[in-house]
Amino acid sequence: MAESIVVERASKRFTMQYTRTIKQMSIAALRGQKLSDSFLAVNDVSFKVEQGESIGLMGLNGSGKSTLLKLISGVMRPDQGSVLTRGRIAGLIAAGAGFHPQLTGRENLFLNAAILGMSEAETKRKFDQIVDFADVGKFLETPVGHYSSGMSARLGFAVAAFAESDIFLADEVLAVGDRPFKRKCMARMNEIKKEGRTLFYVSHAPGSVRKMCERALVLVDGKLGFDGPVNDGIHFLKYDDTDGPDQDEDDLGADI
Amino acid sequence: MSTTLDGAAEVPDSPLVAPGEQGGLHNVFRQRYLLRLLVRKDLAARYQGSFLGLFWSYVQPLVRFLAYYLVIGYIFQLDKNMTNFPVHIFAGMIIVHYFTETFSSGTRSIVQNKRIIQKLPLPREMFPVASMLVSAYHTLPQMLILLVAVLVTGWDPTLYDLAAGILGFLTIAVFGMALALMFSAANVFFRDFQNVVATLTIFVTWSVPMIYPYDRIANLFGGSWAEQVYLANPVANSVILFQQLFWVPTVGPDAPYPAIQPDHLMSRGFVILFVCLLWLAVAQLLFTKFEAKFAERL
Repeated sequence: MAESIVVERASKRFTMQYTRTIKQMSIAALRGQKLSDSFLAVNDVSFKVEQGESIGLMGLNGSGKSTLLKLISGVMRPDQGSVLTRGRIAGLIAAGAGFHPQLTGRENLFLNAAILGMSEAETKRKFDQIVDFADVGKFLETPVGHYSSGMSARLGFAVAAFAESDIFLADEVLAVGDRPFKRKCMARMNEIKKEGRTLFYVSHAPGSVRKMCERALVLVDGKLGFDGPVNDGIHFLKYDDTDGPDQDEDDLGADI
Repeated sequence: MSTTLDGAAEVPDSPLVAPGEQGGLHNVFRQRYLLRLLVRKDLAARYQGSFLGLFWSYVQPLVRFLAYYLVIGYIFQLDKNMTNFPVHIFAGMIIVHYFTETFSSGTRSIVQNKRIIQKLPLPREMFPVASMLVSAYHTLPQMLILLVAVLVTGWDPTLYDLAAGILGFLTIAVFGMALALMFSAANVFFRDFQNVVATLTIFVTWSVPMIYPYDRIANLFGGSWAEQVYLANPVANSVILFQQLFWVPTVGPDAPYPAIQPDHLMSRGFVILFVCLLWLAVAQLLFTKFEAKFAERL
């Protein structure tokens, strides 16, 4: 098997600027306050993913999941260490990624597909499938700014789900969709998995991670706290206590 | 349809690479389809919700032209001792307008498209390049108007004039692109830069021979270093080259007031184009350096 994602000692530091204007800066400096502060969102994380593996990335809010996903998608670069990937990457980091609110659904569909590396011919060939999956109906010619959050998420997922890729990243997919759409997404992700693509799935819902993934990564304050079988990962996060509201059977949950 | 789904081979035969590091201007032009969509997006977004649409981008230059012509030509009476002064103004205006549009919309382009930049990897140079192309698109109807105007006044350009015009337009495109690239990156870190650009563009109108002829400068600074400084400005240089194509051939040798142009027009033009290309390369290096932090600073 070939490696699909290789993350080696990757770190990402964010700088928080407390002050932006020169007036605020001079006042803060006079008072002896800090001008900026930084924290490690991803701290010395290393792991390897083989082609065709499906990984569930879990962790509490603010543990660095989205940042790690952005490092893998190439939107951000690590400050230290390295992130390497093989082949085309598709998927969405947050629903409705990069939609332009003033353009119609159709125009955004083509634009988004092009950013994901699809040619015009490829987009046209898959157009019906995408529209069918997104199920936005007559709103296809309406500016996306008028869409409900669920609708733009559906369109975003549909474009990503039908783009040709070797690595599929899914984040916040199921956060805004309704139950029928969540089921459709899970079904589509299962297909993607069966096609031999690498699946990288971020979720808070233990049930869906259990269904979808063979391996779990758990981030704790930016560090990789756990890497191993899904059930152990869920246990590590203490997400497996049964007195919660989660029902295992239909646990697609709210993501992120 | 299984044929559409088997895009992902078991093991893709591509090497392990750092994702998202496919930036650079050369990659922008390799992805022409995406660039075309972004240009179309910019055009659609600019006139969205506007009844007159594209018409607005002609109203402004037209009003500006009339203002210059009436004030400078009539009140200051420059029209009296210059042949075809309106053509002189209009040819200069096309270059100046193209430059300021590229510069200011290019500078804002990265911040404006932050929703895409924060979420999807693509060569970020796409956005300033798209701004430059949108601005170029807007010059087309103005060129058409100018072409009609010069044909009516009698226009017989030589190959030399044609070469000068093309050189002028090319230089201003490269120069505007270089500045847009640098300032769009700087604008991510401090939004002050879009105001810096707005301030700088005020000077442009006055620093080029558009509403006054070049011979005013020649009379004032002729032969001194000040003249060379004036001519080293890529915008002034492009305006002069562009007028060589559109204004000079309409004047003719026996006109009562002949067209006066600086010496060494082409050789200076090529040197300035070369310097602008170097500048573009430096701008690209700076852009690449700062681009790594775009997603987190936007």
